[in-house]
Amino acid sequence: MISLSQVCKSFGAIQALQSVDLRISAGEIFGLIGHNGAGKSTLFNIMLGLIRADSGQVAIDGQTIDAHTLLRQKRHIGYLPENIALYDNLTGLETLAFFARLKHAAPAQCHELLEQVGLSASKFRKVREYSKGMKQRLGFAQALLGQPRILFLDEPTNGLDPEGIREFYQTLRQCQQQGTTIVITSHILSEIQQRVDRMAILRDGRVQFAGSLADLRKARNPSLSIFLTLPPHLAEEVHAQLTELLDLPVSLEGQQIRVICPTDRKLSLMQQLTALSLPLLDMAMHEASLEELLLATEAFRHD
Amino acid sequence: MTNLSTLHAVKVVAAKEFRDRIRSRWVLAMAVVFTIFTLAISFFGSAQQGLVGFQGIEPLIASLVSLAIYLLPLIALILGFDAIVGEKEKGTLNLLLSYPLSPLALLTGKYLGLALAMSCATLIGFGAAGAVIAVNVSMPAADWLQYAGFVVSALLLGLVFLSIAVALSVFCQSRTSASGLAIGIWFFFVLVFDLLLLGALVISGGASLGPLFPILLLLNPADIFRILNIFGPEDLHAMFGLISVFPPSLADPLLLGGIMVMWILSPLAIAAWRFKQ
Repeated sequence: MISLSQVCKSFGAIQALQSVDLRISAGEIFGLIGHNGAGKSTLFNIMLGLIRADSGQVAIDGQTIDAHTLLRQKRHIGYLPENIALYDNLTGLETLAFFARLKHAAPAQCHELLEQVGLSASKFRKVREYSKGMKQRLGFAQALLGQPRILFLDEPTNGLDPEGIREFYQTLRQCQQQGTTIVITSHILSEIQQRVDRMAILRDGRVQFAGSLADLRKARNPSLSIFLTLPPHLAEEVHAQLTELLDLPVSLEGQQIRVICPTDRKLSLMQQLTALSLPLLDMAMHEASLEELLLATEAFRHD
Repeated sequence: MTNLSTLHAVKVVAAKEFRDRIRSRWVLAMAVVFTIFTLAISFFGSAQQGLVGFQGIEPLIASLVSLAIYLLPLIALILGFDAIVGEKEKGTLNLLLSYPLSPLALLTGKYLGLALAMSCATLIGFGAAGAVIAVNVSMPAADWLQYAGFVVSALLLGLVFLSIAVALSVFCQSRTSASGLAIGIWFFFVLVFDLLLLGALVISGGASLGPLFPILLLLNPADIFRILNIFGPEDLHAMFGLISVFPPSLADPLLLGGIMVMWILSPLAIAAWRFKQ
């Protein structure tokens, strides 16, 4: 649905984007990940037509975007910028009504959306009296005006409490079920890894990886940690036994023994451990998180 | 996007701008200022000559021109200097432009909304003062026509400086620099321009600059406003210095009004070009 081909953008001597190729399918939740200055916002702004690419093409639904076609597409696009700024002198309802008029959205939708983001009781209060979280909710509501086919959300959970974050992703799933394509950035990687279908990792303006978390794991083949909890008096003895038996790193961490093994050897290790009939009290497996994967590949580190 | 959609977007932005000024009581405050000043001038304008009370339309317009030439450009510049740069600084500009709203439609909507607020304040202010005068003094229709001409020219003067202010707000990177530049522009057109012209005239001995002088006057919208109001009545003509040497052939109100309209459109056109970049 959205495709970028060889998109380049420079600001003076700084190359913000270098030959970016991306395909974002209709109806998927797509994450844009990268450290500060990696090019996420520039990419967002180009897709939204707020800045022009120096070269390359952006297409929505197969139609190459230029100033004219983008204006037509914008009716079907919702955008929540990072650190949303709204008009302090307007009430929540007036704010939505203003944006609804710009987008030709039905006025009744303002009330529905305020209800949906939990601001129904505060809709007649001025935005200047809203907390950061409330402004973020109102910003999300304005992005949903007109039932957009594409949603661009830049750090959308900034300032939201855990309940707000849960409700936010619940709404996002509903949008996805209705066929909305969602492009999202977030610094909270644990949040992204659970919620996006696919992602692109940006580093210094280049796409380092594009695919699902499973694809990333497969590509990186990261190690996973298996924690074995044993009765205290047996821990040292079993630790020595496993160190001798397995050609893998084994360490004793308190009452637990930790075995680090490559993902593709997970099954054979489990068979080996089962054969030993260890007197286990508990067992846990920890797969590398997105954050660990990114840090391991240096894609997310600052220079 | 169709022309109809563009018009709709312009209307929405203009309506918000106008409503903001109404709600902040800006229009009311300015209207009250214009009314009070006009009434004060009409009744106490000739106090220096020991006369109190309404002394006729010509002295009133002469005094009002002198007042409006300082006040209206300043008010217009203050009203419009942050139209675009203010949105940029607040962080709402990108959000607005993510909507089906072209930069040109945003600029036009902003200008029209502010222009409507400015026009309301001017018309209500001077209109209310005119009504008070009408209740107390009997004036011939020709005098009222002259007063109406003054109000229309004052309106044009405000709209010219509003256009300059909105253009500034596109070119400047911050509200601070826009406000500084706005004050500089007011200072140049209202205070410095005529002095420079006079100085150049004196230095050149009037020989080389003389024929160019009327054209140079047209480069300043404040001077055009003066010319628009002093031509006609001989009494008024004699009250102004530099302007009184202006050739009557160039003093056609339609021509001068047209130049004022050009002065409104030109800064907006340049701003639209720049904003599109």
